[in-house]
Amino acid sequence: MARMKFLVDAERCIECNGCVTACKNENEVPWGVNRRRVVTINDGVVGAEKSISVACMHCSDAPCMAVCPVDCFYRTDDGVVLHDKDLCIGCGYCFYACPFGAPQFPQAGAFGLRGKMDKCTFCAGGPEADRSDAEFAKYGRNRLAEGKLPACAEMCSTKALLGGDGDVIADIYRERVVRRGKGSEVWGWGTAYGPGKPGAQPPAQPQKGGRS
Amino acid sequence: MRGLFVLLIAAFGLAACGEAQQVVVYKQGKYQGKPDARSWDNEPLAVEFRGGKWTKGDRASWEEQIKARQLAQHEHKRIYQ
Repeated sequence: MARMKFLVDAERCIECNGCVTACKNENEVPWGVNRRRVVTINDGVVGAEKSISVACMHCSDAPCMAVCPVDCFYRTDDGVVLHDKDLCIGCGYCFYACPFGAPQFPQAGAFGLRGKMDKCTFCAGGPEADRSDAEFAKYGRNRLAEGKLPACAEMCSTKALLGGDGDVIADIYRERVVRRGKGSEVWGWGTAYGPGKPGAQPPAQPQKGGRS
Repeated sequence: MRGLFVLLIAAFGLAACGEAQQVVVYKQGKYQGKPDARSWDNEPLAVEFRGGKWTKGDRASWEEQIKARQLAQHEHKRIYQ
């Protein structure tokens, strides 16, 4: 049984924000709402900068589901956490409960009123009929019903962001890590300095005979 | 008397700490009371839209199709196979 998850490889993410753009374009997400965003730590520190793309992680024990006072959340057979915007009252409890800051609230209008919650749907739409205009208007595109994966993961140029069944993408990630190694092997010590361990002394130069 | 008062306060105070069941149950087209269709209950897209092939209503065939799509994210498989 598939259990849909996202997995981000911090060694590969180059902070291009392609996933953010793909998500906004695919789902026609309104201004002020970012279902996905790229978070960078140690920004500008050479060698220590790491980026990851964050959205709803479709938790197996979702805190947003636990705290919602109107019980508007549900989990599908694929493990995708979705919500019903017709039930949502925009209270914001889910925003405080979520450790990833996934729930977003449109703040259009003269007084910046908080609208109904909007979040990543793993491109799985919502309660409206699959692939209908009504579903697209409220939740964005239903790519899972089209036999596709989320646009952000499929668009990722470096394949830092993987999306799909947790077991399958974990296998991909594991094989990748085993192949590339760890530490300096990741960014290519051998490519930059030739074979040898970091800190190794260069081979001694042969002595030239006699003085010129 | 004071103990009873504390008990009553605790009972009412903790009443809001309940938690909704998160178990997936699909009954009569609804997940936990919210209507939604399952992905494999849709017809596949036309060939030109590249949605892959599966049999409508057959979960296993949809999962096979989506697995092939997942493995397309694996560049080692794509390049070296």
